[in-house]
Amino acid sequence: MEHTDLSRIRNFCIIAHIDHGKSTLADRIIEKTGLLTSREMQDQVLDNMDLERERGITIKAQTVRLVYQAKDGNEYIFNLIDTPGHVDFNYEVSRALAACDGAILVVDAAQGIEAQTLANVYLALDHDLDVFPVINKIDLPSADPEHVIEEIEDVIGLEAQDAPLISAKNGIGIEEVLEQVVARVPAPGGSADAPLKALIFDSVYDSYKGVIVFCRLREGRVKKGTRIKMMATGATAEVVEVGYFGAGQFIPCEELQAGMVGYLTASIKNVKDTRVGDTVTDLDNPCEEPLPGYKKVNPMVYCGIYPADTNKYPDLRDALEKLQLNDASLFYEPETSLALGFGFRCGFLGLLHLDIIQERLEREYNLDLVTTAPGVIYKVYKTGGEMIELTNPSNLPDPSEIDYMEEPVVSAEIMVTTEFIGPIMQLCQERRGRYISTEYIETTRALLKYELPLNEIIYDFFDALKSRSRGYASFDYDLKGYETSKLVKLDILINKEEVDALSFIVHADSAYERGRKMCEKLKEEIPRHLFEIPIQAAVGGKVIARETVKAMRKDVLAKCYGGDITRKKKLLEKQKEGKKRMRQVGNVEIPQSAFMSVLKLDTRD
Amino acid sequence: MKKEKPVGLYVHVPFCVKKCAYCDFLSAPASDAIKERYVNLLCEEIEKKAERYPGYRGRTVFFGGGTPTVLKAEQLERILYKLKECFSIPEKEDLPAPQEPEITLECNPGTADGADLKKLREAGFNRLSIGLQSMRNEELKKLGRIHTREDFLETFYLAGEAGFRNINVDLMSALPGQSVESYAGTLREAAALRPEHISAYSLIIEEGTPFYERYAKADAERGKNGSDTEHLLPTEEEERQMYELTEEILGQSGYHRYEISNYALPGYECRHNITYWKRGDYLGLGLGAASLMDNCRFSNSGDMEEYCAQLQGCKKEGGKDFHPDLQRLSIQEQMEEFMFLGLRLTRGISRREFQKYFNVPIGHVYGEVLKKMEERKFLAESEDRIFLTKRGIDVSNIILAEFLL
Repeated sequence: MEHTDLSRIRNFCIIAHIDHGKSTLADRIIEKTGLLTSREMQDQVLDNMDLERERGITIKAQTVRLVYQAKDGNEYIFNLIDTPGHVDFNYEVSRALAACDGAILVVDAAQGIEAQTLANVYLALDHDLDVFPVINKIDLPSADPEHVIEEIEDVIGLEAQDAPLISAKNGIGIEEVLEQVVARVPAPGGSADAPLKALIFDSVYDSYKGVIVFCRLREGRVKKGTRIKMMATGATAEVVEVGYFGAGQFIPCEELQAGMVGYLTASIKNVKDTRVGDTVTDLDNPCEEPLPGYKKVNPMVYCGIYPADTNKYPDLRDALEKLQLNDASLFYEPETSLALGFGFRCGFLGLLHLDIIQERLEREYNLDLVTTAPGVIYKVYKTGGEMIELTNPSNLPDPSEIDYMEEPVVSAEIMVTTEFIGPIMQLCQERRGRYISTEYIETTRALLKYELPLNEIIYDFFDALKSRSRGYASFDYDLKGYETSKLVKLDILINKEEVDALSFIVHADSAYERGRKMCEKLKEEIPRHLFEIPIQAAVGGKVIARETVKAMRKDVLAKCYGGDITRKKKLLEKQKEGKKRMRQVGNVEIPQSAFMSVLKLDTRD
Repeated sequence: MKKEKPVGLYVHVPFCVKKCAYCDFLSAPASDAIKERYVNLLCEEIEKKAERYPGYRGRTVFFGGGTPTVLKAEQLERILYKLKECFSIPEKEDLPAPQEPEITLECNPGTADGADLKKLREAGFNRLSIGLQSMRNEELKKLGRIHTREDFLETFYLAGEAGFRNINVDLMSALPGQSVESYAGTLREAAALRPEHISAYSLIIEEGTPFYERYAKADAERGKNGSDTEHLLPTEEEERQMYELTEEILGQSGYHRYEISNYALPGYECRHNITYWKRGDYLGLGLGAASLMDNCRFSNSGDMEEYCAQLQGCKKEGGKDFHPDLQRLSIQEQMEEFMFLGLRLTRGISRREFQKYFNVPIGHVYGEVLKKMEERKFLAESEDRIFLTKRGIDVSNIILAEFLL
């Protein structure tokens, strides 16, 4: 092994608020370290899923090993560990950070500090990382680096006077960033002779090699043939290959040692056995204690996913199975709905995660889906003392059997310019928020702290926040725990028939309002039929809101001109086609989009 | 001698004085030279088609457009003679009415004078269809029509003078700015003139027309604001009332509804149009014209240059026709058509005929739909016939779509 000198290794990551330029900086660093020629550079090397590139966000952490020729004449090995950029993946972020020794904090020279910047910095400091700031986008006309430097020093308390002023987009100031990585990120410690102790910070499934485990070695060494054990899941395996990360490829090597970042494969068939945060040790010479911080991430948001074409159920099952190979946090189990037939109840880390999975199912597996309204996990305490975790509103026991219910609550931090404090506070009130505090970061910006029920923020809170602050508010949250709440199940009846897939759990105080809006929305969604269709919202059998889709009274083909029957037939076919894309409930055809209606009920339109 | 098969002949004249704002038909103003060239092409096509389909006798002829009367009477005459010659249409007009060929000419008020009409009548046209649309000048103006109520009255009078004893008047409901009362007025005034036939359509806003731009959006918004009704289309409820009024008022005047949009005095149903609904053979001649021959549907190109090329191709192929869109109807498609076309006639379809035509009882194919629709009172049966009820007619699109297999 050529590079066993720990003093020449730097393990670090880049942290930033979304859109502040993290991925672009990563690209430039990879470019400057010369591992790739410019021609080989794809636009954003680290984000290699199509979806990530389109949305400009990083979903799965990617990691790359680089070789840097520093000005001090030495050659350094950089392990740049990428971190996901969304609150849904907070735990993955924390594990990626735990694999690093230092972090570059990227701050947009025009935007300054945002809620996620703070959240990520605190997370990094919690992991004892050395954080140094970089001011990006200095070429923007609205850039105000002086102000941002001041802000970083005042708000975060990081020394920022010598922060590199860069433009990742235009490749300005990148050398300086690299030199600071050498100077300010500490070299890793640990002893190669101690028992193996490695942190799993990510894993991907490969159909030839099985699970590829991404790990940071804290102690010991691992090579082909080492018998390993995952300390939390208890899974054991024999290592087949170890190596490090080229850009977009895996490069095998002899051995990984303490301080290094790399991968191992061991013919592991399921990512469930290699949970992020778990500790890998040597089965024959195990370490005493696992690394701290492991927790099993649990889905927070659930929804029903059904194939639009009921015959595609097996295809959907296969697709979910394949996605789960790569995504241990995706949960699914079969369920049935009277309205939608056979499908799956799926659990996600958050709404973005849900969106991503849904899109991948549609795009990569060519499935047409009907998704029901997402909900959270409620704890239902029955009169008999039994507690059930409710993920599907249809399974709510009879009210007479329910003692009380609890819902998940999050601690939320919202960064907002002072002019929008009013509207944002009002939004939080509307969403049953409990006010905690306001901290003024500077005269024009404040950090609002609220506790909010999770089910109030999973739908459109993000959008509402943006629209009421003209895009200036940013938002971050952490699950706080469960609290007792007055919850009811809102049922929707279409033409007097209850549609199970449209039921949802709602706080008793907003049941009337939500029910009314839901009826209004469905009235728009459901096309007129040959008969009148009542749409009702009901709580415990009592109707609280009603709308009516009027009967179609007139729909006549005009003149059949010059015997052009083909055209007329096309019109009739179109009519018939439209019906095919609908779900039949009783006599009523319901468009698939209606099942997502509950998502579009922003309280102020 | 081999028995001759009957055929309906449609001739498309794709010219008009000025394009109306709601019109999505194949029609536009054109120069005299273009018109003359077109007439020659038509005559050529008639010959070719007659060679291609020997043994057919023209029973009905329909000149549609556009406005066929923007051609000179002499040109129309030339086309008709060519048809008579090639499709053995009897020359004599002294045959009793049912056997007399029905030869219809569409025209618009003000596009033919007394002398023209006389000439055309003498040439053999025996049915005139006049595009009146409305008796209200302000409604005509909004439609972009070039004529007035007075122009129509004059043409109608001149047609009678010229010897036309079978006249149709086209009316439209659901026009912009039209009220139920004004439509009722149009109906009463038209019926009072005693034309033999009245067609009453409701305006359909077609994509690609100026009307689409002008009204489709407003139409979608309608009911939300409700203001500015002057320029908006009647509401669905008003439209439905107009539809009901049509049957009521025309019925009182002795016109019976024989098809969803067509009314006639007894014995004056348009035989050419009935051919379409009963799936008789018909040949479309001219630009974009559609045909059904021997259960094949095809149409001429709607592009003038392509149409010419088709004719040339037809020449090269030694008389074989050249229709890339030719579609031989499967049995299933024939059944679908039998239903959705036949049900447009108020007398509906016959169980026996279905059985005879397809050699399978209708119940085996459509039993379920028929039952469902009869239960909901959209269809009714009487002896052998199955037909749309009044309610069924109102929403016929939805009902007819059910018969697609």
